[in-house]
Amino acid sequence: MITQPLITKRCGNIDPLQIDSALKAGAYSLLQKVLDLSRLQVIEEIKNSKIRGRGGAGFPAHIKLMSLYQENSPQKYLVCNADEGEPGNFKDRYLMEHDPHLIIEGMAIAAYAAGTSRGYIYIRGEYQKSIEIMKQAITQASAKGFLGSQILGKDFSFHLEVRSGAGSYVCGEEFSLLESLEGKAGRTRVKPPFPTVKGLFGYPTLINNVETFANFPIIMDLSGASYAKIGTPSSTGTKLLSLSGNIQNRGVFEVPFGIPFRKIIDELGGGIPEGRQLKMVQLGGVCGPIIPEYLIDMIVDYERFEVFESKTGAGAIIVIDDSQDLFELLANISDFFAHESCGKCTPCREGHAQIRKTLDKFIHYQACEKDLISLESQARIMHQTSLCGLGQSAPTSIISALYFFRNAFFDRINASNCQEVSA
Amino acid sequence: MQTETIVQRFPKADDYLLEILLAVQNNNPEHYLPEKDLHYIAEYLGIPDSRVSGVVDFYTFFSTKPRGKYIIQVCDNVPCRIRHSQVVINTLEKMLGIHFHETTSDGLFTLEPTSCLGHCDESPVIRINDDVYTNLDSEKVTKIIQKYQAREEKK
Ligand SMILES: Cc1cc2nc3c(=O)[nH]c(=O)nc-3n(C[C@H](O)[C@H](O)[C@H](O)COP(=O)(O)O)c2cc1C
Ligand code: SF4
Ligand code: FES
Repeated sequence: MITQPLITKRCGNIDPLQIDSALKAGAYSLLQKVLDLSRLQVIEEIKNSKIRGRGGAGFPAHIKLMSLYQENSPQKYLVCNADEGEPGNFKDRYLMEHDPHLIIEGMAIAAYAAGTSRGYIYIRGEYQKSIEIMKQAITQASAKGFLGSQILGKDFSFHLEVRSGAGSYVCGEEFSLLESLEGKAGRTRVKPPFPTVKGLFGYPTLINNVETFANFPIIMDLSGASYAKIGTPSSTGTKLLSLSGNIQNRGVFEVPFGIPFRKIIDELGGGIPEGRQLKMVQLGGVCGPIIPEYLIDMIVDYERFEVFESKTGAGAIIVIDDSQDLFELLANISDFFAHESCGKCTPCREGHAQIRKTLDKFIHYQACEKDLISLESQARIMHQTSLCGLGQSAPTSIISALYFFRNAFFDRINASNCQEVSA
Repeated sequence: MQTETIVQRFPKADDYLLEILLAVQNNNPEHYLPEKDLHYIAEYLGIPDSRVSGVVDFYTFFSTKPRGKYIIQVCDNVPCRIRHSQVVINTLEKMLGIHFHETTSDGLFTLEPTSCLGHCDESPVIRINDDVYTNLDSEKVTKIIQKYQAREEKK
């Protein structure tokens, strides 16, 4: 079997609404162990594990943790990013609904190491079930003394609260998320300063993804050095993959980094149904690159998920068969980003409409060669000049399609009734 | 329940604005935020009305216009689209005789688009108020709506 359940090992085997069932399976035993270590020892283990953030950007987790540790501030915050709005991703929901205590334990470990006493889990409003489960889990964990004041009799307090989003994809971006947590519209801030310096309510804040926090107890269990042996040298540990689209078996799978995409699609996914052929795969979600079939022999790691400078390592794999039209999908993606743009900067606010107009010419067989050139430059400008990751990554699908499926564009132009009047 | 009662359960801290708006809207049988409620919330938190309306405008969950008893949200993002969400949308539009952002004349259903609901492995997906329905096709979605309609007729 190519799966390796570490953070998902309790999923399905415990009752997420009964803390006793999680405790029997070992929940909070690592928190107990960690509280006997010094804060620097904990950070050292995280550093040795070489774990990188699981929310998309792949930033080394220990660096942010150390920054927060070093900040001398009357207040510091810990925030768990459970906004998971990127289409094609559902692994954070899976974790919250199946093993909420692993996430809480991971947050408590990070809070102890960083020296924070207040934390928030920001969960997208669409995830009502996750919100309910996390709230109940927090209540139960507090009753048992794993959260609150004087945790496990030690001089360590950590108060944790769930906050709900209200339907906004961009609020997954860390600065927008902080604005939203402050009860404002989720429009990003200009950085630097980064959240570890000036974050929630102006105080140093550590933001990590759900899956990143869930890994901390595993690292403390195995030791950082042993954890680092899983996966590849630059991408250590396991990754939760969200597999969706035109494929037989869809769902969340935990695999060590380094497995080829083809194995995931064939062995875990069970291939393409209805006698169809695989046409393309979109990596990371709709903000990610679209790659052709011949590239799926490459392996799962952060570098691969970063084709075309897209920070798409959250781990979605969207499988697309040969009945689908490339241009319809690009337009669908463009509409998504147009709808979710916060409107703060011009390239993103104005760019989607332009791109959509050009794509429409391809969809309606009215494209000329100059439209291909326009599309290319419209996409590049948005990618290079947008203020936040939304606008920067929105055109990735187009940029990658223009590269890998260039012939499809020319075929469409040749089949088009080009109305170009030469000037 | 009175809007005032709901609001007063929350601390007078402006970072609770979203939570308060969500709670007040959920309590409204027409799933919307009337002007006077917004004003009361602004007063309660000691913030300008413009801050409250700015937040209401920004997030897609909030509505300042009355909506149906059941809000049907349909996802049409890529993983749903490539597994025929368009069929689900067409079925719903035909069955209810409305388009997106419209409410049936009996005030029961409002049809809305939504971004990904995070059930992409069970696509296509819709949400009716807080309940998620997955792996849909024309037949399944028809039965689901009929169930809601039957429940209402009994009342
Ligand atoms: C538009 C946009 C949406 C994002 N959405 C999410 C999200 O839903 N969940 C998440 O963990 N990170 C998301 N991120 C990345 C966060 O900004 C941030 O990098 C991440 O939460 C850091 O956690 P990590 O270091 O554990 O990965 C998003 C970024 C952008 C630009
Ligand atoms: S890139 Fe788009 S979402 Fe990001 S700040 Fe600019 S307008 Fe807002
Ligand atoms: S794309 Fe429809 S639920 Fe994710």
